Amino acid sequence: MKTLFERSVAGRHCSILPECDVPVRTPEHTRTQPLHLPELSETDISRHYTELAKQTFGVNDGFYPLGSCTMKYNPKVNEQAASLEGFAEVHPLQDHVQGCLEVLATAEKYLCEITGMNAMTFQPAAGAHGELTGLMLIKRYHEKHGNTARTKIIVPDSAHGTNPASSAMCGFTVVNIPSAEDGCVDLDRLREACGEDTAGLMLTNPNTLGIFDKHIREITDIVHEAGGLCYYDGANLNAVMGIARPGDMGFDCIHLNLHKSFSTPHGGGGPGSGPVGCKSFLEAYLPGEKVVFENGEYRWQERGEESIGAVRGFHGNFLVVVKALTYLLTLGREGVPAVAENAVLNANYLKHLLEGTYDVTNKGVCMHEFVLTLEGMKKETGVSAMDIAKALQDYGMHPPTMYFPLNVHEALMVEPTETESKETLDAAAAAFLEIYEKAKADPEAMHHTPLHSPITRPDEVKAARHPVLRYRFDD
Amino acid sequence: MNTPKELKYAKTHEWVRFTSETECEVGLSDFAQDALGDLVFVNLPEVDAEAVKDETICDVESVKAVSDVYAPVNGTVSEVNEELLDSPELINNDPYGAWLFRLKDVSGAEDLLDAEAYEKVCAEEEH
Amino acid sequence: MGSYIPSTVSQQEEMLKEAGFSSLGDLYRDVPEDLKLQGELNLPEGLSELETAKTMRRIASHNKVYESVFRGAGAYRHYIPAIVKSVVNKEEFVTAYTPYQAEISQGVLQSIFEYQTMICELTGMEVANASVYDGAVAAAEAVSMCRSPKKKKVFVSGAVHPDALKVIRTYCWAAGEEVCVLPAKDGRTDLSALDGEATCLYVQQPNYYGVIEDLKQISETAHGFGLTVIAGVEPFAMCLLETPAECGVDIAVGEGQPLGMPLSFGGPYLGFMATNTKLMRKLPGRIVGETTDTEGRRAFVLTLQAREQHIRREKASSNVCSNEALCALTASVYLAAMGPEGMKEAARQCYSKAHYLADRLEEAGLKRVYEADFFNEFVTVCDDPEALLAKLDAKGILGGLPVENGILWCATELNSKAEIDALVKEVSA
Repeated sequence: MKTLFERSVAGRHCSILPECDVPVRTPEHTRTQPLHLPELSETDISRHYTELAKQTFGVNDGFYPLGSCTMKYNPKVNEQAASLEGFAEVHPLQDHVQGCLEVLATAEKYLCEITGMNAMTFQPAAGAHGELTGLMLIKRYHEKHGNTARTKIIVPDSAHGTNPASSAMCGFTVVNIPSAEDGCVDLDRLREACGEDTAGLMLTNPNTLGIFDKHIREITDIVHEAGGLCYYDGANLNAVMGIARPGDMGFDCIHLNLHKSFSTPHGGGGPGSGPVGCKSFLEAYLPGEKVVFENGEYRWQERGEESIGAVRGFHGNFLVVVKALTYLLTLGREGVPAVAENAVLNANYLKHLLEGTYDVTNKGVCMHEFVLTLEGMKKETGVSAMDIAKALQDYGMHPPTMYFPLNVHEALMVEPTETESKETLDAAAAAFLEIYEKAKADPEAMHHTPLHSPITRPDEVKAARHPVLRYRFDD
Repeated sequence: MNTPKELKYAKTHEWVRFTSETECEVGLSDFAQDALGDLVFVNLPEVDAEAVKDETICDVESVKAVSDVYAPVNGTVSEVNEELLDSPELINNDPYGAWLFRLKDVSGAEDLLDAEAYEKVCAEEEH
Repeated sequence: MGSYIPSTVSQQEEMLKEAGFSSLGDLYRDVPEDLKLQGELNLPEGLSELETAKTMRRIASHNKVYESVFRGAGAYRHYIPAIVKSVVNKEEFVTAYTPYQAEISQGVLQSIFEYQTMICELTGMEVANASVYDGAVAAAEAVSMCRSPKKKKVFVSGAVHPDALKVIRTYCWAAGEEVCVLPAKDGRTDLSALDGEATCLYVQQPNYYGVIEDLKQISETAHGFGLTVIAGVEPFAMCLLETPAECGVDIAVGEGQPLGMPLSFGGPYLGFMATNTKLMRKLPGRIVGETTDTEGRRAFVLTLQAREQHIRREKASSNVCSNEALCALTASVYLAAMGPEGMKEAARQCYSKAHYLADRLEEAGLKRVYEADFFNEFVTVCDDPEALLAKLDAKGILGGLPVENGILWCATELNSKAEIDALVKEVSA
């Protein structure tokens, strides 16, 4: 379909602004470069984006079992709360913001209770941003204790790619350790990796294979005994919230993805929110300001000199926090564990339906997600995980996460979430099974899927070899 | 698989073409380009960079992977093949024509493999 | 309690039984007992939707919403055309994930491609990424793009937004780099302390005090020292003033909030980043490119991915994955609705109204502190900012921001002449 620029007609416009009601002035040196913005009527704009929306698959378009991304339903009441004028029209540097401070203080209290942490910052704007912030806390902690030789962060090979990247941005050296056969941390390898130079460990539990690591206390003890700290990647919290707390597992700091576990929408790739929580001994290092409640009033309080400073302007993605708090108020103390239980139930039920046919890496109980490996299928028929994923598009569902975690070949990672019904899971399983049969019967046809999407498979090699990253105007 | 006899090879799949006693060109073998698939970009080293045998000197990118290129010998980078910046596909199309960089003051070439030995390494890797 | 779990109790039992579990608790048989939370979470009881909605309305009512705003300092109130919210609220855009599956994400991908194009147009630069978290982070990420194994110092103008400076400091501390702050002289960046020992220089245009910097001269001087020049720019100012490209800037970044995003107590906002093709592969985060599908039709995909964390892992120069896609969409729709003439007109009005406000305030005794020309913000003297701002507050006016040497005022196209006159009347009274 046409781009905005191809729809543009010289001289067309929307009438938005009144005439200037003060004397018009212009600065001395003005722009001479042409400014090509599209010239459109409101009808053009409306139709353009309606068409683009039709070519976009969201959670409301169908089942979205994208592993590790927790694509649950995004409740409307959250959106309604965030659009209230009393939140949306407030300047970040104004007074009379008791409501905003109450949101931040209450969300901090509830999320600390759920995670077993003592303090939290809402400055980080996404999960990866939270990771970076958490690692900075670890760096500052060692710095303050004179342990400048602690420069290594241990990361298992099953970790999200952001873990090693965040470590490197923070000036740490990454020590990758291979997972044990069951996907859990190999305790011996961990012991070998730990030493005088260990700054910390980054881990998610349940791990990326959807397994709860039973030895988690032993793991955090090993790291602590070596003098390191333990960081919890909260991407998989949906499986255990209200059931077990990272703080009780021995973690010292964590990040959460409010756009995963706490139902705020992903927006096609953000805005998210990646608050970072920590135990009391790290609180002084948190970035940004702290909200305190004194004499019946909320107020900002500067953090001291030990703070790492700031990782974002102002107070983070505030409206996302409003949505997450709305969600927590709705769920309450019974609702939070019910989310986790049903997320795990849905994953185990779907896994059970696929198990007889597909090769599931996790033979026992899974948590909120599980991983299929198409390695056998690939060897036998040439049909890859990608082919199966693309074929699923023709069944009106979003494919699972492909080729992750890296320690599984031809991986498809499936996370149904708790907001899907039994009927949806049954239908998804039927689609998976039908595709399996088709793949065996006619492997060649699978390479050409999807057949019913707005486009067929794009040429990614061409896109990367000769990048066209913007529309080119004739002049 | 094409493995020209007149070239030397490293176990890490680079080929070496000596242009004088102390100067050489380095590229990626046919086996390597085939295994990597369609290459989309080459991060070339800087001229004057020091090449240390068996250490990473630059990398090549396919759509979904990055692979390190190791220096097969010691030396100093004297020239890089800038044509590859715009046309990385040359490595796929003509691996032995598409040199990545040239080295001067070369040393440590003693244990490079000849074509026959290198083919054995490749055969083992295929298993 | 409210719930978004569709399964009925009997369905849950059926599913448990079929998958081989005796109860919901049995699902957690692998979790050691001593790790399980004993008792209930210390949270209130869940609420119905009606109660939740009421509670949030009550909390929101404890914030003050001003009729008239003359405060900017990094967060600006502009008029937002109705079409913007209507498009941005479309559920497909709101609820989609990052467009990994190109075949069913063409809408999001094309919208980002269009956004990248418009950011290039605003800044005059050649390539832009799909956004980062906000303007301050965009500045810090741009500084990271310049990282070098040999030089461990960066220069930052003392006349940039304090949050940008703080975030750059934090990122540089983590990466082991030293930040050298160049002092401001008469409201403009003083370059006399520059040297060639650093990787880059970060300046802001117009700067934190609203003053228009001589960006051309800054670029020329900094390039003379071999530094990469990064400018934090304001999107409306770019439609009126010489562009970063015209001034010789290497990386242009900025805060995109003025392009259709409400104040929102500071977020979600939009960090935009643009540069030249030479530095293209150093850009952090997502980038969308054009290609074709197997039928030869135009298609859009995430591209240049081998730069990114999920492939390069610890060798990636940035860890950004989720960015601010919906905010980027907001900016695109806003720019499409305003069009080139609308943007230039809005920029002229910002400039004209700020100058009108400055003249009137001067008549009222609040003289500007810096002589140099400004865009839509400026600093005036003020003996007792607290008293003045309290007086304005009582009339529903959010006055300028108190800064070191006075008050930092702001005007946009949204401030009518009548509003400005009313403000000045209070100041004079």
